[in-house]
Amino acid sequence: MDMKNNIIAEPDAVRKPTTLPRRSAVDLQAASVVFGSGEKAVTALSPTTLRLDAGDFVALVGPSGCGKSTILRLVSNLIAPSSGVVLVGGREAKVKALRIGMAFQNPTMLPWLTIEQNVMMPLKIVPPFKHSFRQDRKGAFRDRVHALLAQVGLAGFANHFPWQLSGGMLQRSNLCRALIHEPDLLLLDEPFGALDQFTREELWQILQDLYLDRKPTVLLVTHDLREAGFLAKRICVMSARPGRIISDEAVNIPQPRDIGMIYSPEFVEMTQGLRELIAQVRK
Amino acid sequence: MTEARRIKFMSFSLIFGFFLMWEVLCIVLNVSDLVLPRPTEIIATLWVKFPILWPHILQTLYSTLIGFVLGVGIGVTLGVLVGTSRVAYAVAYPLLVGFSSIPKVAVVPIFVLWFGSGTTPAILTAMVICVFPIVVNIATGLATTEPDLEDVLKTLGASKSEILWNVGLPRTMPYFFASLKVAITLSFVGAVLSETVASNRGIGNVMMTASSNFQVSLVFAGLIILAVLGVVLYSFFSFLERRVTGWATRDTDIAIT
Repeated sequence: MDMKNNIIAEPDAVRKPTTLPRRSAVDLQAASVVFGSGEKAVTALSPTTLRLDAGDFVALVGPSGCGKSTILRLVSNLIAPSSGVVLVGGREAKVKALRIGMAFQNPTMLPWLTIEQNVMMPLKIVPPFKHSFRQDRKGAFRDRVHALLAQVGLAGFANHFPWQLSGGMLQRSNLCRALIHEPDLLLLDEPFGALDQFTREELWQILQDLYLDRKPTVLLVTHDLREAGFLAKRICVMSARPGRIISDEAVNIPQPRDIGMIYSPEFVEMTQGLRELIAQVRK
Repeated sequence: MTEARRIKFMSFSLIFGFFLMWEVLCIVLNVSDLVLPRPTEIIATLWVKFPILWPHILQTLYSTLIGFVLGVGIGVTLGVLVGTSRVAYAVAYPLLVGFSSIPKVAVVPIFVLWFGSGTTPAILTAMVICVFPIVVNIATGLATTEPDLEDVLKTLGASKSEILWNVGLPRTMPYFFASLKVAITLSFVGAVLSETVASNRGIGNVMMTASSNFQVSLVFAGLIILAVLGVVLYSFFSFLERRVTGWATRDTDIAIT
């Protein structure tokens, strides 16, 4: 990958430096989520405390339905906590103190837009880009989108419609859309879930490159333990529903990591440990 | 392409065969001109009377299109209002259904009472009759927008109106254009209906007058004109639909491959 032409590196003029040096990027303080009320109430997330420093890369793993995605939805302010506090960039989540990029489990490309237009969408919505969107429309922004698409191996597909692309290509576009506006906080909800092993590993490396290049704060939800181990600096394990965090361990392997590493004994041992932990909490 | 061409050819053959059958049956069964004129007679009448018919055609088109445009404006506004809020959708739906169940013929006398006979009731009937399908389709399209698609914009901090413009409305376009095809046909029916009852201009009026004068072939000429106009209007919006909302049907015309 050619990192010299990396478009994630952005001239200072566009960036607001105020958002970068904050200490805690995400701070959940005993945040819980309960859907419904009375006897029908379902607890999606038990009171959970989780803190991400700026530039951290945390993977959330755990059994299905344990509330991993709920945490992402809290942080991105798609839902509000039933109790507790969710701080993003030191302020309430709804203030959107940090620029957020989110990749959902399903690629959710808007079917009436081309890949280029889909990936460009955040630039149309998020300040400060939205203010210059109309003037820049044909020029700089389009170049950025094309460069980013090329970086994930989608050069030449900008003018395709989503239904013309394969699942893997859509996930790549999904990643591009989450990154194009240079988020301070990247929320990834099993973005590589539906992919074959080779494509997945390829995208892990792309994501690692993009992360190391820009150092956003990343919260990755996954149930692939190798994915968590390869990408994250910290792995948090959640218990079965109603979920809470039962383990929070650092991954002591320097980055950038090589994909061959996932077959090394230490790595296998680490993922085995996580695996046993999750197997226990599922019961 | 050969398949599509064959279907087109068969479609033409069916239309031609229909008129041929009509002609032959009229001759064989010796049907009186006063009951059912032969297609050739109707076309001859159409040819001869066309200079007289032309202003009436324009009149009917005028009433239809003005009423349609007004109806679309009202329909889209109401549809957006009703569709953007789930509560409004649930609350307003019964009233809309009740309103739509009124046979629109019944409102013509009211318009005549208020505005006198002529162009105004024709326009208003064309308008009233086409509002409902547009409201329902816009509202349904907006109300059924996948929450996933809206979430994409919500996480970016988009405002309600940004979500409406970038997700809700584009997502609703296939519904809107489908309803336009229905609406333009209904408007046309409404305009002709009103002209038949209360106007001295327009194709509806021509047919009414011809009928009372026993100019049966002129009545049928009017029917042919209505059918042709109906097909033209429908095809126009059908074409527009394919151009604008090809993504919904995966139309290869608009896809850049």
